[in-house]
Amino acid sequence: MSSVEHPLRKYLRPSVEATTFCPGCGDGTVLTSILQAIDELGMTMDDFVFVSGIGCAAWIISPNFNADVLHTTHGRPIAFATGIKLSLPEKKVMVVSGDGDLTAIGGNHLIHAARRNIEMVVICANNGIYGMTGGQVAPTTPREARTITTPYGSLENTFDISRMVQAAGASYVARWTAYQPRQMTKSIKKAIQKKGFAFIEAISQCPVQFGAKTGAGGAVEMLEMYRKSSISVKKAVEMSPQEIEDKIVTGEFIDTAKPELCDEIARLKERIRGEG
Amino acid sequence: MKQVYQPMENKRVRTGKYFMMGNVACAEGAIAGGCEFAAGYPITPASEIAHTLAKRMLEVGGYFFQAEDEISAICAAIGASWTGKKVFIPTSGPGISLMLENIGFAVGIETPCVLVNVQRGGPTTGAPSMGLQGDMIQPRRGSHGDYEIIALCPSSPQEMFDYTVRAFNLAERYRTPVFVMADAFIGHMREEVAIPEADEIETTYRRIPKKGADLSTIKVFLDEEVAPMPIFGRGFKSHVTSSCHDEYGNRNLIDPTALDNFIQRLRNKVLKHRDEIVQVESDYDSCELALVAYGAVSRCAKEAVRVARSKGLDVGYFRVITPWPFPDREVQDLSHKVKKILVLENNSGQYYPYVRAEAAGRAEVEFLAPEILGQVHSLDYVAQKIEEMLR
Repeated sequence: MSSVEHPLRKYLRPSVEATTFCPGCGDGTVLTSILQAIDELGMTMDDFVFVSGIGCAAWIISPNFNADVLHTTHGRPIAFATGIKLSLPEKKVMVVSGDGDLTAIGGNHLIHAARRNIEMVVICANNGIYGMTGGQVAPTTPREARTITTPYGSLENTFDISRMVQAAGASYVARWTAYQPRQMTKSIKKAIQKKGFAFIEAISQCPVQFGAKTGAGGAVEMLEMYRKSSISVKKAVEMSPQEIEDKIVTGEFIDTAKPELCDEIARLKERIRGEG
Repeated sequence: MKQVYQPMENKRVRTGKYFMMGNVACAEGAIAGGCEFAAGYPITPASEIAHTLAKRMLEVGGYFFQAEDEISAICAAIGASWTGKKVFIPTSGPGISLMLENIGFAVGIETPCVLVNVQRGGPTTGAPSMGLQGDMIQPRRGSHGDYEIIALCPSSPQEMFDYTVRAFNLAERYRTPVFVMADAFIGHMREEVAIPEADEIETTYRRIPKKGADLSTIKVFLDEEVAPMPIFGRGFKSHVTSSCHDEYGNRNLIDPTALDNFIQRLRNKVLKHRDEIVQVESDYDSCELALVAYGAVSRCAKEAVRVARSKGLDVGYFRVITPWPFPDREVQDLSHKVKKILVLENNSGQYYPYVRAEAAGRAEVEFLAPEILGQVHSLDYVAQKIEEMLR
């Protein structure tokens, strides 16, 4: 009997036989989009070093990707990735982690890496909740949403992650939902090719925790909600803050060129040596 | 604005004799020891190390990364170590407190790195420019979980250079974090520092797997004889996780024997080689009393012993150079050969319980803090205690 192998299977670690994602999880879509982007660019896994933190999304790359993978402590993948990129500037460094990891406990590293404009791709799988630990409120949880630690509804405001990273100085920022895997793949390709800090917010459904705790429903209902609520960056400009409140603004927030840190260091070293 | 650069001093080893500050000697020791990437955050009383590195690292083709906080500093350094660089993280106690989680991370994934703690007065923000040996147990037990650590304790600017070089060699040899436990006195002290010729400085480099090695067939973690490090960027497709893992880096969170293996192998990697690591300086054969000290206080202890002997008193000397791993056999020998032990520390007795426990049943052990915590004991004060114990 002949068997057909998935065209992206070659990028997965041979020892990996099963997924750790819950049924209906959007992180599988994010995983596929990343590998699809690498495949379409004609790159190999040896062109990359992947880094992740703690949480469900950190397991997108660890142990799945058949590449150099560093699975780190909670909130710190960007800090580890910074040291890797500074020491191995010829490699592509990609961080894949969740919203709690990158914007709550690790928020400081995120804004400073964007400010430095160090070349790096950061993919933030944003499910709006702490999934792995049992459905606790996150900085990305919608206001008034009920979670296991906000049984009466969340009183706090929600982070607009993409705009925060844009404001901090990133070269490329885009947001897509798991309902838009083609656009997400296209953005990841651009991010990989970007000479600078590139950030992708991938809104990813978590039916088991977010869906069940907040009443958003199962994976199908959540993807349906993403479809109905998504509006483009262009359209959002014409709308009032009240009109946007319940929408998901998707698309590219910024795509610009500016001096990149590793390049600047290389130039400085040349200058010091040249005049020495 | 056009920058004007001074001619660079691109030598790694600044051979010669200098009147040099301890912190500067420490930075020079790191560079002489092969440091290629250093990371830190401004902190008194360790900042002079960073100041020296910021200029010197670029001159030798490396980089000093000033991070947004100490957590980022150690993480970046660990990341750089995994690309094959020798890395260095100088700081003081509050910085170490922030780094502790990731020091455990470095232990768990077997990352060579050198940390310096120029200890200052604490608890908390305390007194930044006063020296206190207040963090002596922190490297050993500060990060959560069960692990061993290596630490060295310099007592002069010369040793800030020498021990930093040795710390790099130990880190590379055993694929583990190594601490240099200085304090504000030693860090800011200026004395003669002799930097040898480059070829007289021994430098060690970690083992790495052969090019093209298939990592599914070789053990790259948890080898008590120290596994080769599958550094990034060489096509090894290394899976590196601080989660409990096996010898090949495969995560295993289910099997209790996997956790036992994870803890024991990492501990034994250090403990099995304790004879190559542990270092003490001693002179106590058959003395009635011996003084035990380390770091800045050992200078006072040594002088107190000299003065006591000149008065005909039977006093010996035991200086701990590597507080961790604990020099258990050496302290046992000491406690066999002397009747009484006096532990001197510039703190309220941190290392003392370990010495007392090791000497239990053999020698009587007492502790003497300085008259004022944060100041080194005065000679008269120690002499008085010696006479009291020998009475």
